[in-house]
Amino acid sequence: MTMQNKPVTSASEPTAFKFEWSMISRHGGVVALIAILLFNILITPNFLHPQTLFVNISQVATIAIVAVGMTLVIATGGIDLSVGAIMALSGALAPLIFTSPFAEANPELGLALSIVVPILVALACGVFNGALVSLLNVQPIVATLIFFISGRGIALVLTNGNLQTFTNPAFSYLGTGKILGFPFQGYLVLIIAACVWWVMAFTVFGRQLLAVGGNERAAELSGVPVKRVKIGAYVICAGLSGLAGLIVVAINSASDAARIGNLMELDAIAAAVVGGTLLQGGRAPIFGAILGAVIIQLVKYTLLANGVADEVALIAKAGIIVLAVYVQQARKE
Amino acid sequence: MQHLIEMSGIKKSFAGVVALQNASLHIEPGEVHAIIGQNGAGKSTLIKILTGVYRRDAGEVKINGNPSTVSTPREAQDAGIATIYQELSLVPLRSVTENVMMGYEPRTRLGTIDWKTAHARTREILERFGIHIDVRAQLGSYSTAIQQLVAIARAVSLNAQLVIMDEATSSLDDQEIEILFGVVRELKKEGVAVLYISHFLDELYQICDRVTIMRDGQTVGQRVIAETTKLGLISEMLGRDPEEIEAAGMTGLGGETTEPGRPLFEAKDISTKRGLKSVSLTLREGEIVGLGGLLGSGRTETARALFGMDTLRSGGIQNHVVGGNIRTPAEAISAGIGFLTEDRKREGIVPHMSVRENMTLALLPKLKKMGRVDRKRETELVERFITSLGIKTSGMEQPIRELSGGNQQKVLLARWLALEPDVLILDEPTRGVDVGAKFEIQSIIREYVDKGLGVVLISSEFEELVEGADRIIVLRDGYSITELENPGITEESLIAAIAHHHDEGARG
Repeated sequence: MTMQNKPVTSASEPTAFKFEWSMISRHGGVVALIAILLFNILITPNFLHPQTLFVNISQVATIAIVAVGMTLVIATGGIDLSVGAIMALSGALAPLIFTSPFAEANPELGLALSIVVPILVALACGVFNGALVSLLNVQPIVATLIFFISGRGIALVLTNGNLQTFTNPAFSYLGTGKILGFPFQGYLVLIIAACVWWVMAFTVFGRQLLAVGGNERAAELSGVPVKRVKIGAYVICAGLSGLAGLIVVAINSASDAARIGNLMELDAIAAAVVGGTLLQGGRAPIFGAILGAVIIQLVKYTLLANGVADEVALIAKAGIIVLAVYVQQARKE
Repeated sequence: MQHLIEMSGIKKSFAGVVALQNASLHIEPGEVHAIIGQNGAGKSTLIKILTGVYRRDAGEVKINGNPSTVSTPREAQDAGIATIYQELSLVPLRSVTENVMMGYEPRTRLGTIDWKTAHARTREILERFGIHIDVRAQLGSYSTAIQQLVAIARAVSLNAQLVIMDEATSSLDDQEIEILFGVVRELKKEGVAVLYISHFLDELYQICDRVTIMRDGQTVGQRVIAETTKLGLISEMLGRDPEEIEAAGMTGLGGETTEPGRPLFEAKDISTKRGLKSVSLTLREGEIVGLGGLLGSGRTETARALFGMDTLRSGGIQNHVVGGNIRTPAEAISAGIGFLTEDRKREGIVPHMSVRENMTLALLPKLKKMGRVDRKRETELVERFITSLGIKTSGMEQPIRELSGGNQQKVLLARWLALEPDVLILDEPTRGVDVGAKFEIQSIIREYVDKGLGVVLISSEFEELVEGADRIIVLRDGYSITELENPGITEESLIAAIAHHHDEGARG
């Protein structure tokens, strides 16, 4: 064997002799996306209409934002079931703040607070999740189950279970605003994904997060602040969930604590897995998660647009997850 | 006589890198056959082809004279090939009986498991190998050695014709190794062949009949072991002249003992709840202090205490480089201490990550530049260590799990050397590493020690300790009982020190 020291930019796969299969498994997401697009262009009426694009962008944005956070948590070897509930909590808080007498009197400050406070509350939930997982060694699935159950409950208590409707164009910009004709939240997704990707690729925190997920013992013995890194992942995930909750409320100009972010945890996990995140941790393909979110959104849309019942769409989603996990397993060989 | 296993002209490459070219292996029924070679010589690849883990690119495999159709580990098992890995594939939380009988449980007439027969049969199987244990107890409550023997017993009860033991003795102590050898001889008597892979050449002379030597993906020789010498085997393995090797000495740790410099730390009467009772030791600049003793005497526990992994119950460690207490590995690292753990897989490598990322894991905080990792400095540093430590890799971006054991160990060694530590704790630095890489690793350590590094060395190989250490602290049952000083230590005197105090302990 010869010794080569030249740097290789792409991760080398040991299975190059299985060229075709590795191509499909590595780019499975892209292949699936193209297939869905082709199918829709041929079958779904008006698919190429710009309006279709805008609808899909505005709907995929929340899944994508949460999926990015979920990817980080899964990369540490954890899971976060509380994302949907945290969305509900922040989504319930925002209208409460900007419809309060104080905010009516100081519109600008009120608007700022109605964005900042819910996100701060979401971040605090993340600290709680992370602390349970890393300081008290509670299983992630159990630790985040606490907010999964109670978070939505708190949101309902805050709003007395009422649907809050409102007219606040400034706040609604989050969900309905457009820049160069494209929905505002589409840009938001790209900015968030780019930032998180940069953090994962270039910062010490990103590298340490992947090391914790890849081999926690080894990371700890190498001086990685394992507890802090894990808390960080849960905090980022919760913060992004809080933001997603605000977007949902802004889109609808109404806040229904019982429905915001309902089943979002499953969509986000599915998007992350479809995007190539390993459930055992150690890998965080951020743009993969976005791709996963787009695929899940498009499948939902395709079925809906062709008159298939919502219940059937759920089965299709399950099918996608099974397929993604299968491809992942095959790739490990 | 017909060969049991006949592999010839085997070729295999991974991603264009040739792992095997023209490798062969012939095993007779009922013989104990060894494979030796440096890490990366292709031993494990060849075995994994035999057991169906990998598919060969070219070549022929025959079992009992018939072309083999084995393409999965399960099929290999059905064909009578059982593999005992270092990491056992048993269920520690279930009873010994359940583990041995798994999948082949005897049934009562009602179709439920006939426990009485199962226990009796398990006991009978184990007793054939001289293992007398409670078969109803959880497997995990027994030592690794017993677990390994249970795995072998299970394999044999499934009518294995060939038992492959991959580094089977690396986690066993001397007494356990003796039991294992007894089992190997028993297998041989019953006509079961054993394929034995070990880095300890001495072991081969004790139990093996023939040996296959591999180098650079090729089979370079097959010898009857009684007709070879240790030096001859090593020279064939390395492809070098025997005389040249003899002149260099068998380990690379030995060197001029220089005057030790200023003291680095002093540990006094330290104890932890992990079985450390009272250990004292000091370390000075530019010296290697060995920890001698049997398994369980407190060697690794001392290392853990020094590195801040276990909290001290009493006693204290005075660090002369930076003052203050060390409570976590992170604090130990910032105090200039590195720790190369004995369990490379569980505590060392991050398998998904590249050679580069693994090497700089501990160094990351120091590579920070304006919030990000300074990739230029990182790349330069990694490149330098790959060259200076002679790490065999297709590039710094290759995932570390694809490297051979010795090269993984070098990457981990580089992880600590890159930190420029004052103190390096080495727990079995050359375990599971072939002779060539072992020598290189030892030479690298010596080189750094000559420049002032202080090393605490733990090794089960007395040769390594005796030749390498300037002083040896002898431990027993969590106490440091005596100190030997080089020059003047011999393997005999070290063994005597351990044994002598052991006897005393038993009497008192």
